[in-house]
Amino acid sequence: MTTREAFERAAYEGRAALIPYVMAGYPDAQGALETVRRVLPYADLLEIGLPYSDPLGDGPVIQRASERALRQGTRLKDVLEFVRQVRSLTDKPLFIMTYINPVIATGPRRFFEAFKAAGATGLILPDLPPDEDPELVALAHGVGLETTFLLAPTSTDARIATVAPHCTGFVYTVSVAGVTGARDKLPDGLPELVQRIKQHTAAPVAIGFGISNQTTARQAAQAADGAVIASALIRAHEEGRPLEPVLEEVRQGLFRQVSV
Amino acid sequence: MQLPSYPLPDPRGRYGDFGGRYVPETLIPALEELTAAYEHFKHDPDYLGEYECYLREYVGRPSPLYFAENLTRHLGGAKIYLKREDLNHTGAHKINNTLGQALLCKRMGKKRVIAETGAGQHGVSVATVAALMGLECVVYQGAEDVRRQALNVFRMQLLGAEVRAVESGTRTLKDATNEAIRDWVTNVRDSFYIIGSVVGPHPYPAMARDFQSVVGEEVKQQLLVKEGRPNPDAVIACVGGGSNAIGVFAPFAYQQPRPRLIGVEAAGHGQASGLHSLSIGAGRKGVLHGSMMYLLYDDDGQIQPAHSVSAGLDYPGVGPEHSYYAEQGLAEYVGITDDEALEGFKLLSRLEGILPALESAHAIAYAAKLAPEMDPEQVIVINLSGRGDKDVVEVMRVLEERRGPSAEGRGPQEVA
Repeated sequence: MTTREAFERAAYEGRAALIPYVMAGYPDAQGALETVRRVLPYADLLEIGLPYSDPLGDGPVIQRASERALRQGTRLKDVLEFVRQVRSLTDKPLFIMTYINPVIATGPRRFFEAFKAAGATGLILPDLPPDEDPELVALAHGVGLETTFLLAPTSTDARIATVAPHCTGFVYTVSVAGVTGARDKLPDGLPELVQRIKQHTAAPVAIGFGISNQTTARQAAQAADGAVIASALIRAHEEGRPLEPVLEEVRQGLFRQVSV
Repeated sequence: MQLPSYPLPDPRGRYGDFGGRYVPETLIPALEELTAAYEHFKHDPDYLGEYECYLREYVGRPSPLYFAENLTRHLGGAKIYLKREDLNHTGAHKINNTLGQALLCKRMGKKRVIAETGAGQHGVSVATVAALMGLECVVYQGAEDVRRQALNVFRMQLLGAEVRAVESGTRTLKDATNEAIRDWVTNVRDSFYIIGSVVGPHPYPAMARDFQSVVGEEVKQQLLVKEGRPNPDAVIACVGGGSNAIGVFAPFAYQQPRPRLIGVEAAGHGQASGLHSLSIGAGRKGVLHGSMMYLLYDDDGQIQPAHSVSAGLDYPGVGPEHSYYAEQGLAEYVGITDDEALEGFKLLSRLEGILPALESAHAIAYAAKLAPEMDPEQVIVINLSGRGDKDVVEVMRVLEERRGPSAEGRGPQEVA
């Protein structure tokens, strides 16, 4: 299934697409796969996080998960194996969220080819503004990976015009100036932000950061084509709560026509 | 006064491959705004006049270029001068940069400043200028460093700053910087991030270098008076992120003839042990805290913990301009171990009556190796970047620990 098809299928069902985030190696290799099995029925696309030592775009929940995954000894080869296993379970689009240093350390071409071969659809690069290294972005495209970059409420029209054309997968729009983490409510102004973005791209736009419940999901769905849920899932796991009720609530919020 | 003008970085904030802006997109507009403000105010006579006035009246500049006669005689080689940044208000070179950035912050209308700190010297200098200028101040410091540098923590609190201990990752400067950046991403509209070294996304490395260049520019003038020539034969400075070193290197780096510029990295327990901060000596090109630099990381790209007895050098990366100097051969970079630095600390204390910061003690220790190989008419300038008062307790702890097997069972004297 292509990225475009995944968003269109959700739209056809009258809702925004749901993009759950699962970190490779968290809480351990088997546990991560178990999480994937649980979230897949709710997922239109899947975001797979590569645990990193210095996740400076992430809040405390994902930082803790990263540290735990690394303490378990999760290596790059394990993340690749995880992507292969997930790919064997689903044909939905898989986006790898990674900071840029692991890409540089591996060598961009090797990194991209390995993830492409493992079954990845695209990459989300939170600390690489695409104009910082257009060659690297072109290399990813050459290997057959889609790329997704972040835009934010602080983004000027000039930045949007620069970044949006590089988003060949979807545009990841950050709901708030800040780091990842569940929030009770998203700030106003998201529909306007997404409208500004859509003037520069035909790619689907997803909202991330802060999606945790029906309210935030509804706000995201009113503004955009999809929503990422990340920290709220990890927090549920940390607290020993089942993931399904969280996913079900958010999914309900993503349906467009109803208002309570 | 004027701020210096250098050929690098290029308009994209690059020093060759190094530098750039590898940050979450949320910050890019703020960095563009900051770059524009800095480009404007660095030519603004009012701004420069105020900066110069504070440097003179508040910091106490120019700092002396002191001829260390006893040390020179003891080592029996080149003449050794110490650039006394330890005599600045707040006890280190850090305030040269902090003042410049805080004045910029005020002119940009921001009311809150954020800083990261390792040893606490930068945190203290930010807390100081924040008090001076009536700005709200939050300082992030690794929990491990909060323990090692209790005196500086209390100092920052006395100055009205809130010190937040960072428990994530290695609980040192690297993680304090991550946390400061997270705060900045969250509060980017009303907060100014005062980065303490020549690291971070463009324009920070260039800004910090320009403000620290007063050190090297003064050396030229002072040496002209004392030795009849502006250029020493060698300049030695310790390098963590590299701000004191860039301040004394940059004014010489792009000229001919160029003195030997020697950056001293912390070799910790030695390169083979893996416990060191040799970002240039043992690192590879990578990205940390918003710029490309030489960096310590494993085969997967996970940043590796650095180690040094001195908290200020305990950092796995090094500024992009140093990375460029190293790659291009404009400067040399060497390593000094914890033990050698402690010897340097004792040497300067005993011979000159000056307690150097443990960071600066690395530069002293390397000078002690180099000076005897040089001629008596040659001149070495060491940037004595900070004073050692903050390190006395840590030095006592380490020296007691190393007193050997006889120290075992000593019990009561142990400092936790």
